[in-house]
Amino acid sequence: MKFARIILANLMRKKVRLLLTIGSFAVALFLFAFLSVVNDAFQRGADVAGADRLVIINRTSIINPIPLSYRDKILRIPGVKIITHNNWFGAIYKDEKNFFPQFVIDPENQRQVFPELIVPDDQWNTFVKDRQGAIVGARTAERFGWKIGDRVPLMVTIWGTGNWEFNIDGIYHGKRPQDDETQFWLQWDYFQEHVPAGIKGQVGWYVLRLDSPDDAVRVSKAIDAEFANSPNETKTETESAFAAGWVKQFGNIKFLIITIGTVVFLTLLLVTGNTMAISVRERTPELAIFKAIGYSDRAVLFFVLAESLVIALIGGVLGLLFSVGAVPVLAKGLNGLLPTLVLSPSTLVLGVILAIVVGLISGMLPGLTAMHMRVVNALRRV
Amino acid sequence: MVKVDGNGGQSGLIHARDLDKTYRRGGEEIDVLQGLNLDVEAGEFVAFMGPSGSGKSTLLNLLGGLDVPTRGSITVAGDEITHMSGGKLTEWRARHVGFIFQMYNLIPVLTAFQNVELPLLLTKLSKAERRSHVETALGVVGLSDRMHHFPRQLSGGQEQRVTIARAIVSDPTFLLCDEPTGDLDRKSADDVMAIIEELVAKYHKTVLMVTHDPVVAARASSILHLEKGVLVEGKHTSQVTLAGGAA
Amino acid sequence: MLPKLFFGFLITVVAIFALLLILVVVGGIVAGLLAPFLGNVPVSYNFRSIRARWTSTIVAILGIAGTVGVFVAMLSLARGFKATLVASGSPDNALVMRAGSPTEMMGGVTLDSIKVIQDAPGIARGPNGPLVTQEVVGVVPIPLISTGTDAIVQIRGVSPNVLEIRKFVKIEQGRMFNAGVSEILVGKNASKTYSGLTVGNKIDMAGGHWEVVGVFDAGGSSFDSEIWCDSHVLNDILKRPSNIFQSVTVHLASTDSFKTLKDSLTSDPRLNVDVIREVDYYAKQSTTMTTLITWLGGFVAAIMAIGAVFGALNTMYSAVSERGREIATMRAVGFSTWNVILSFLFEALLISIVGGVIGCLAVLPLNGLTTNTLNFQTFSNLAFAFKITFDLLLMGVAFALVMGVLGGLLPAIRAAIRPVAVALREL
Repeated sequence: MKFARIILANLMRKKVRLLLTIGSFAVALFLFAFLSVVNDAFQRGADVAGADRLVIINRTSIINPIPLSYRDKILRIPGVKIITHNNWFGAIYKDEKNFFPQFVIDPENQRQVFPELIVPDDQWNTFVKDRQGAIVGARTAERFGWKIGDRVPLMVTIWGTGNWEFNIDGIYHGKRPQDDETQFWLQWDYFQEHVPAGIKGQVGWYVLRLDSPDDAVRVSKAIDAEFANSPNETKTETESAFAAGWVKQFGNIKFLIITIGTVVFLTLLLVTGNTMAISVRERTPELAIFKAIGYSDRAVLFFVLAESLVIALIGGVLGLLFSVGAVPVLAKGLNGLLPTLVLSPSTLVLGVILAIVVGLISGMLPGLTAMHMRVVNALRRV
Repeated sequence: MVKVDGNGGQSGLIHARDLDKTYRRGGEEIDVLQGLNLDVEAGEFVAFMGPSGSGKSTLLNLLGGLDVPTRGSITVAGDEITHMSGGKLTEWRARHVGFIFQMYNLIPVLTAFQNVELPLLLTKLSKAERRSHVETALGVVGLSDRMHHFPRQLSGGQEQRVTIARAIVSDPTFLLCDEPTGDLDRKSADDVMAIIEELVAKYHKTVLMVTHDPVVAARASSILHLEKGVLVEGKHTSQVTLAGGAA
Repeated sequence: MLPKLFFGFLITVVAIFALLLILVVVGGIVAGLLAPFLGNVPVSYNFRSIRARWTSTIVAILGIAGTVGVFVAMLSLARGFKATLVASGSPDNALVMRAGSPTEMMGGVTLDSIKVIQDAPGIARGPNGPLVTQEVVGVVPIPLISTGTDAIVQIRGVSPNVLEIRKFVKIEQGRMFNAGVSEILVGKNASKTYSGLTVGNKIDMAGGHWEVVGVFDAGGSSFDSEIWCDSHVLNDILKRPSNIFQSVTVHLASTDSFKTLKDSLTSDPRLNVDVIREVDYYAKQSTTMTTLITWLGGFVAAIMAIGAVFGALNTMYSAVSERGREIATMRAVGFSTWNVILSFLFEALLISIVGGVIGCLAVLPLNGLTTNTLNFQTFSNLAFAFKITFDLLLMGVAFALVMGVLGGLLPAIRAAIRPVAVALREL
């Protein structure tokens, strides 16, 4: 549009200042993206497939096992479509620092309960036939450079001593970017063969799929009622509630992040607002000329706001783009410490909106000053 | 024909009647203009002179719609502007007035061409039409070869000439000049005044100018003095020159 | 060969650049702070110009304050977490676990082994025999007072004479539990963070009914987040084999007897154990979370610092442009380039010190504020407090000074070297 030239020319007036202000926006929005990613990582579980899956743990203590014999009883409860079980394996690969989650799985039902974790059929078939087989998530495989056919030793800690060896028969990928690709799966049968007698026939927890998410409450209650007053009482909840419970243990992470974010944006607002104010102050006589020529008060306000918006958008988009590139690098650096770091599109959209809002607010005060400025006062000779 | 006694009749371009303007400065009320009258016909070139603080610029601002009188009325080309709302007044200004101030006229980040184009951006003319008007205006002031220079690349006199081009580009009803040569050396001042004279003589523009320089004022067809809040007819120009310009 | 050479060259260049940068920053800070003595531009000039542009100054100050605040807060979070775990235990205690167990919970020590361990050299003796406590550790879900959702809380079954081994633990309310009974002693942080853990209260936990009989103070260590009970009772209730414990903590005869004990136990063919000083064990349990918090916090603070430097630069550049004529006049009058630079540096540092101090003061109230987190390594909830120490505050102010120098140096130089004639002409 025809006023673009004027707006851009005014921005280029002091290039250093322009770059610094754009830089401020870029930094603020980059930080915003980073904080969102961290927050999402902690909240992650809450929006994993979730709604139609239930998790069953031992009510007494999460580390207490549940009998395998419960499975058939649970299957008889109406609304339960399919059920599988897991144990936490907790072995060490060479060094404690090389942590990744290892699960004993029930091959028969694993894929139906977790359809978003995809294994090519041929690899899966090899695994099923191989007692010492293992399937590993793409990220962990990449981290240690494992390929199909490799033999991997894991040093057990909980279930005994010594090294157990596994053959990597397959690599799984998650369907969506936020799916966990760090898990290591081994066979229930092999596990049962090698654990002490006292531990056989016990699972760590069950995960089941419902016929319909609407049945969640009813089925949960039914399961817990079934095993109430038994030596091993159960606690059943939806997968998202289960994950949310974990997050809540990180006392106030959300509050901390929001506080930091607020400090950052308030500071940005101050800095940018001040810069705009100085810039407008310097140009008062020129703006007066615009008004004298016949530009309305509102037009002048528009110019100031437009400048502010341009800076905000350029800086904001730059910062967000940079974060898109930086997040994968960060994720690698934090290897295993936090679940997958993913930058969601909604964060990017929110970031742009925030940039626009800050741009508008910081330009508003100087813009209003410029709008109300009287030509005769501005041009008065000293 | 220029009259200051309020008896100018209806044929003129600009009519001011009983203008009062009061300022509040430092707690005091200062009556700058007191019952001022003025009639100017189209094609006139009027110079306003007076001591510092006499209200010359104030009068110009009022006539140009940049300020509103405390009392009285101003009519230009049949439009009564004293009671126009802010928005309407701005539009009116855009269409009828060309301003030339002493300084700060040009936007430093825009080229001469872009500066002259500014008033046209408020109209619905196409880009090509605007270009044509701008080139014409710059031609009139003799700066066609400097169209794409920035103000910092122009001399003071050239800057003022670009300002004149901007002032005439949308063909306004009249031009208001507030000390147009105040910052210029004698030669540049002459160049500028020559153009203004040409605008009056050849293009029949109406020009109202405030100046403290009697040599510059002498170029106008009438000189009016602002004394005690009203205008009085000036001395004959030759007498003014002889008196050493004291006014 | 070539890539290696190029890489080596690149690293040398970067190293030299970094060194120069450090020199400039440190030099800038020293010179700027000493400006009133080194230079001859009166300090009153700086104060007056700060007052004249007080809005910009306040903006810069707040920007720096905010950054320093976040910086100190994040580091104190990490410090607090680490302090809790590092403060856990005493150098006079040693932990004995099954060889190769990374944590207590995964270990297993039989009663027979314990009998052997008890008789080892280097262990202190009390009136009732060697000072050892055999322990079992589990986790139980207890709702957080803050959210109402469950936290995984560590419950530790101990021997009834545990207070003689962990001498740094004092009972601050109520009494010690009686042996063989389902009574619990709760840590002071546990009492504050998890519901229902007040003296006299009866709760259901781990499949049993318990009465809270006392609250203990373990000096701000991780034990303060735990629940203690009789280890035999816990074994029973958790349905674990009654003769297997997870670890043994012993009180050493003297701090130096550690080596004697360790040599004796590790060379004993009847045993397969590791011996580690209690303090070292707990320090190890903090590495993951401390790394995470420090890393994340440090990253956030670094980014904010860049933003604050931009803000400071903006302010100082505006100062330079608005005061162009003043500076030119000063130089025309006779103040040298060097003095002008010093003057500006001083002003920038003044602003940043004020900002740094304000930032530190603003977060000081956080000190001692408790929060809690899940410690990945021990798989249990840990309550800890922000820990702001004097050196942390000093770091905050130093950080502010660095930002001040970075924000003030370039504009200062720019102000000083602009040709006087040009500056004077700009009206």
